[in-house]
Order: sequence, then C-alpha cells, then structure tokens
Amino acid sequence: MHDMPGHDYHIDIPGTTIFDGRQAMKGYALNKMCYSFNKAVNRDAFKEDPEAYMEKFGLNDAQKDAIRSTNILAMIEEGGNIYYLAKLAGIFKLSVQDVGGMQTGMTTEEFKEYLLSQA
Amino acid sequence: MAKILGGITTSHIPAVGNAIQNELYDDPYWKPFFDGYPKVHEWVKNNKPDYVINIYNDHGLGFFLDQMPTFAIGAAHEYRNEDEGWGLPELPPFPGAPELSWHIIESMVADEFDITSCQELPVDHGFVVPMQLFWPGAPNNPDMPRAVPVSANTVQHPIPTLKRALDFGKALGRAIESFPEEAKVVVLGTGGLSHQLEGKRAGFINREFDEYCLNNIAHNPEELTKISRMELVEKAGAQGTEFLMWMMMRGALGDNVTELTRNYHIPISNTGAGTLLLECA
Repeated sequence: MHDMPGHDYHIDIPGTTIFDGRQAMKGYALNKMCYSFNKAVNRDAFKEDPEAYMEKFGLNDAQKDAIRSTNILAMIEEGGNIYYLAKLAGIFKLSVQDVGGMQTGMTTEEFKEYLLSQA
Repeated sequence: MAKILGGITTSHIPAVGNAIQNELYDDPYWKPFFDGYPKVHEWVKNNKPDYVINIYNDHGLGFFLDQMPTFAIGAAHEYRNEDEGWGLPELPPFPGAPELSWHIIESMVADEFDITSCQELPVDHGFVVPMQLFWPGAPNNPDMPRAVPVSANTVQHPIPTLKRALDFGKALGRAIESFPEEAKVVVLGTGGLSHQLEGKRAGFINREFDEYCLNNIAHNPEELTKISRMELVEKAGAQGTEFLMWMMMRGALGDNVTELTRNYHIPISNTGAGTLLLECA
C-alpha cells in the first residue's frame, strides 16, 4: 500500500516545506556549504571572507542574498535544509529559538512564550 | 543467544547536552525533564546490558545529501562525536561492537532489509545525548555497554513509512536474538516527539498527537502504522518524523512488553520531550 501515490504527491501543510528530491537538488550547493561548517577551520574561512566562501561552493544569487540578509525563510525557499542551516546559525550564534522567532515574525522571547503556551 | 532486555526512548535535543554539561538537573526549566530519568538509571544499573543498539537519525554530521542511506548500521570499533558546528564538547570514543554489527547486518540483509554498512561513522547528538542521559558521564561510565549505531534517514524525503520502521525493528530483534553469545541487549529509540524547526510553522508542538503515540506504542504499535508519512509531518511537525526511531525500537522488543516508566514535558527547546522505558517479557 502506497501512502504517497505518485512520487510527486505531497499534501499541502501550511508553513511547512517538504524537503524532498526537488528541494534537495535546488539547495545542494547551499547545504553542502553548511555541511562544511562541521569543521571549525571551515567556519573560520567563512567568517574571514563570506563572499569568497559562498562563491567557492557555487551558491546562486538568491542563496547568497538569503545569507547576506540572514533570511531563514528565504534560505528554506532556496532549498536549504534546516539541519544543515543550523550549522550556519551556529556561526551567527543564533539559538533555535532565535531562528524560530526570525521565521515567525516574533521576538525570541515571544517565540519562547509561544512554545510554553503549547504545554 | 543474546537476549533483548527492553527498550528506552528519549528525545535527543542538543540543548540537553548543554544542560547535562552544566548540571542543570534542578533548574526549574529542566527539572520536569530530568525527573523522567532516575527510574531509567535504576533499571540500567540493575540490568547492566552488555550491548546497546542506538537507533537515531543523523542530522548532517555522519551523512550528507551526496549519499543518503535510508537505513545505515555502524560496524566500527569505536564511534566519535564532533562539535557539529556549535562547539559541542568532543568526547572520548564510544566503544563499538563490530562482531555484533556484522551479525546484525548479515541477518537483516538475509531478511531482505538492505543495509548501508559503515566502518567509519561520526555520531552526532542524536546518538550521544541519549547515552549521556542513560549512562551518566558516558562514555566514561563503568557500565557503558558496547554500541551499535543504527541511523534512519529523516533529513530528506522520501523517508521510510511507519510500517517499514516497525518491520525493520522486528527484523532487528530477530537479528539480535540470533547472536550466538550469552549477552544482554538494550535497544534505544531516540528523537521526537513533536517539533518543527523550520518555516512559518516553526515552534509547532502537538501534545494530543504525542500522547496518542505514547498511549499506543507499547501495546498497539500496529495501530500507529496507519499514520501516513505526510500525516506524520502534519501532526508531529517536520522534525517530529523522528518518531520513526521509536517505531524501529518498538519492533525489536517483540509482542509482550511492560511499560516501567514514562515522562512527557513541553517544551524542551522547541520540542515535546518524551521518555519511555519498556521491558520485554
């Protein structure tokens, strides 16, 4: 029994991007760069010259702009996967609550309140 | 032959690692979470498993999108963590159990579960945090069992179905129990419960769905296989798909289990945090 008839079929879940093959192809360069941040030496190289580092990994203009403006939703739109983007967030010293707030238009404190409200 | 003593599940949030490092056990934010573990410690201490099968999902340390195994099993002599980009402490290596790993891989493939075997596998917080929770001081705990990591893909869709996860666990259970050594084995299922890190729905947590899963996994896991993958994303959140690890663990335990302890708390970081200890008959 197939729970996702047709390989292209996804239900629409508002506010949620299904990271599938299409997104994985779109975001490959961006995610590959973020994966490199597992190593401190690569984080240092990015911090020293972000433009050169993004160029080295072949990010497209939309991906570069998303990073220049620290626009998490745009990074997701451009194929970023949150697990790899989390390593970029580490460079910017953003917590997951900071990142949550940035995506939902809340301050970090408001976002923490929202989490608590679901207890 | 080896015997499966039981299974333990827990969320594996990176922030828990920091809380352990800073010994925040009595901090008002953390206490309701850490209160879920003393009974697990007692059980682990009384039963002293020789091996731990740690079912977790890699989050972009061990695997990248260039080669993404749906099911991978470590077959290394030891497993090391890394800082994951956040400066996490790098621990001494966790001892592996390559003979058990290869036995499981042989058995699983013969059972038609095709496995990616890994002679090197950096392990991330999904593997490490549960070890630290169950064996305080891990890997420097005198009772630390030798480990076999099992990682399932929840990074990139298509992810396995819940039925496949449960069936995988059943095959894993057969593999473990045919290991020709008098040994005690515990199976961990780590991750979950509901959470979503990305998008405009970031911060989504679903107590009702988590409780439905907690209420059914011990005695009625087949019921949970009716949940489709997209329904899982919708109800548990995009990262709540880590519940697949719990299903894999459950499958390995056989039909008859006793629930010895349960804990559930919202929120830890962005997550509905759950802990469960199931003992095999």
